[in-house]
Amino acid sequence: MSSSENPQNQVISFTIDGQPVQARPGWTILETARHYRIHIPTLCFHPALKPWGSCRLCVVEARYGKRGKVMPSCLNPPIEELEVFTDSERVLNVRRWVLEMLLAGCPASREIKKLAAAYGVTSTRFAVTDPEEECLRCGRCVAVCNEVVGVQALTFGSRGVKKVLETPYRVPNNACIGCGCCVSVCPTGALQKRLDTVRGDLSRRTGHGYAH
Amino acid sequence: MQRLTNTAELKVLRDNLLQAQDPHRPIVRVCRGPGCLAVGADKVSQAFQSAIQSQNLEVKVQPLVKDTGCHGFCSQGPLVNLAPANLCYVRVKPEDVEEIVQTTLVKGAVVERLLYSDNGTRYKSAADIPFYRMQQKIILQNIGVIDPLDIHDAIMAGAYHSLAKALIEMSPDDVIRTVEISGLRGRGGGGFPTGYKWKRTVENAQENPGPVYIIANGEEGDPGAFMDRAIMEGDPHAVIEGMAIGAYAMGVNQGFLYVRHEYPIAIRHLAAAIAQARALGLLGKNILGAGFDFDLQINRGAGAYVCGEETAIIASLEGRVGEPVTRPPYPSQQGLWGRPTVINNVETWANVPHIIDHGAQWYADLGAPRSTGTKIFSLVGKVKNTGLVEVPMGISLGALVEEIGGGVPGQGRFKAVQTGGPSGGIIPYELKEEFTDYHFHPPDVKPADKMELSVDFDSMAQTGSIMGGGGMIVMDDHDCVVDLARYFLRFLEEESCGKCLPCRLGLKGMLEFLNNFSQGKGAPADIDALESLGKALVDGSLCGLGRTAPNPVLTSIRYFRDEYLAHIVDHHCPAGVCRDLITYRIDPEICNGCTLCAQTCPQVCITGANQQLHTIDQDACIRCGACMDVCPVDAVVVD
Repeated sequence: MSSSENPQNQVISFTIDGQPVQARPGWTILETARHYRIHIPTLCFHPALKPWGSCRLCVVEARYGKRGKVMPSCLNPPIEELEVFTDSERVLNVRRWVLEMLLAGCPASREIKKLAAAYGVTSTRFAVTDPEEECLRCGRCVAVCNEVVGVQALTFGSRGVKKVLETPYRVPNNACIGCGCCVSVCPTGALQKRLDTVRGDLSRRTGHGYAH
Repeated sequence: MQRLTNTAELKVLRDNLLQAQDPHRPIVRVCRGPGCLAVGADKVSQAFQSAIQSQNLEVKVQPLVKDTGCHGFCSQGPLVNLAPANLCYVRVKPEDVEEIVQTTLVKGAVVERLLYSDNGTRYKSAADIPFYRMQQKIILQNIGVIDPLDIHDAIMAGAYHSLAKALIEMSPDDVIRTVEISGLRGRGGGGFPTGYKWKRTVENAQENPGPVYIIANGEEGDPGAFMDRAIMEGDPHAVIEGMAIGAYAMGVNQGFLYVRHEYPIAIRHLAAAIAQARALGLLGKNILGAGFDFDLQINRGAGAYVCGEETAIIASLEGRVGEPVTRPPYPSQQGLWGRPTVINNVETWANVPHIIDHGAQWYADLGAPRSTGTKIFSLVGKVKNTGLVEVPMGISLGALVEEIGGGVPGQGRFKAVQTGGPSGGIIPYELKEEFTDYHFHPPDVKPADKMELSVDFDSMAQTGSIMGGGGMIVMDDHDCVVDLARYFLRFLEEESCGKCLPCRLGLKGMLEFLNNFSQGKGAPADIDALESLGKALVDGSLCGLGRTAPNPVLTSIRYFRDEYLAHIVDHHCPAGVCRDLITYRIDPEICNGCTLCAQTCPQVCITGANQQLHTIDQDACIRCGACMDVCPVDAVVVD
């Protein structure tokens, strides 16, 4: 899967849904699809951030010879002669289930309802624990705070189904510079409600580096 | 300890140790494996120590008491082996020790009542017992024999002999080629060819010069599995030697042992073994004068099952949260601190010295053609002989369960075997189906009938299960597949790191389905929905945990759909396990009015006078089954 064999000026030719496409070295399947305006849904992917691969909505089925594998397009670079399918039966199965579970996980989010409806998912079989929940723990806010802003005022706490977005060590945080990047990258608007718990005591905040 | 400066000195040390050993000196080997410790092996060991030190012991040579690793026959613990008489005593209690000392050590006679007996036959030595006779011990050969806290004992048994051989007789490339030809595949469950992994890592390191790291994965978290634990506790030098050989082959100077914190004895024994190996110059700078530096460090896992996944181990070692990341890049390309890294299971590393010692061809001839060598299994569940067994790959599942395991105890009927822990599947006793599902491996091998199924990586994968780390849970007709699938899902839901949505939400969702089924709720169509959700997890999840998590559910639906339907349609649990679907009642024909059940019932809902028929108040009953367990005449029946 390494693209290191390809010199910088060479392109990788493969197909997406039967359409021949060419990727520049270093591009992922998703980036190539976006370049050719082929739609692949995403929630956790953001062009400013390193791909994280948590939402799994961007999965595609990649066939190479006899082998077919479902993989996230945001993380995988294409290889020559790869056949990529963005809406095969296996891909849609993953996407529909993820969306149906998200309807129960983030019932308050309009964005997710809209996305789910586009895939024919309008109701959920799963139990709703918190009707007000909007956060899907996609990790965009954590990543933007860490990678772009560089302050690590946000993190994930706990594990598995209990995973929550919180400040490090669960204390209000003076590392936050109140830039609002986390709010702007949030795909569902969930962070709007939480900003106050993140940014801590405004009177003591003196900017990046203060809390370190 | 004198530092060894060349390989000849290692040989001299070994010869001297062997010569100094008195072959007639009695040795008492007390098993200190997890099973025996739980039933009081440490008290047995102390009893031996004090009995032997007492003044009036009339023996020519003072016997030696050794605390060893697991002997394997856990259902018969605490186990004691006596050399050179070659006796195996089972279920030894501290009270029995005085008799063993007086009868066996002093007079040289046998304590008949402590021998293992089966069907009227008494077995004197361990090698004759059917449980041991069918096994082929290679990795386990020193476990239970040597004292894991004494490097001299290990050296006498041949430890570090293969390292010396590799250092003087073989080039690094020779070692890799030997491992490659041997056909050794990763014992952690994936079955990736070890030699190929090493070769790729070396190639990646050549393209991108710099340090290479090796890691031993000792984060064994499957419920009911204790293979790696036995190796680390019973023969830590095998792991260290295997890693040192691998390090030599790949030009590595630093290795890591990632061991779960729940294994304190393993950590203690490994730490002692590393310290002693360093003192002897078998680790550290200029090992055995060969100009090769290698050292090891133990890192403890903080109790996360997902940290058995290789990218999560790397994250944990780097000090990040133990969450997997997507491969590629594989650890052999960019692993620990971005450098090529080899992660092998503890058992895989422990295989390496044997391959170097006996040669690639010897190893390739063991076991099955594409799954060479032996494999350790922990055999548990509804089987007479539970314990740790090592068998050549390719042995039939039936032979493993019925002959070594001794079959299902009591009245039960053999129903299925669950292999590979939470990532594995449930393989039924009657296995007849053709395998065509695209989610499972392509059907290039025809499945065998019944339990003729060969135990090797490929045949197990054909059934939809996996070989896995080596956990093997035998089920009889009193075990419910829905309940077992639910148990594993609950475990995985707890242990999922929560990074990717299919795993975090999907396991919760699958558990919701199964909880409904176990309460008799749901529609037959829900079984198909659950199957489809399971396939979404297989395809959609980020790491091996999520990708294999649906296996117990998918295989149980595939082979036991009737049992699912019985829960949903008939509201009946055929195995009598799911509490919401069963009732306990007392058979008036059998009940003798002993009152035991009434005394035991935690709900105090059983009424009846002495010598009179007892009855259970169904409204108050919580279906705990305590009455059934205590009834001496089996009058409590479950409907």
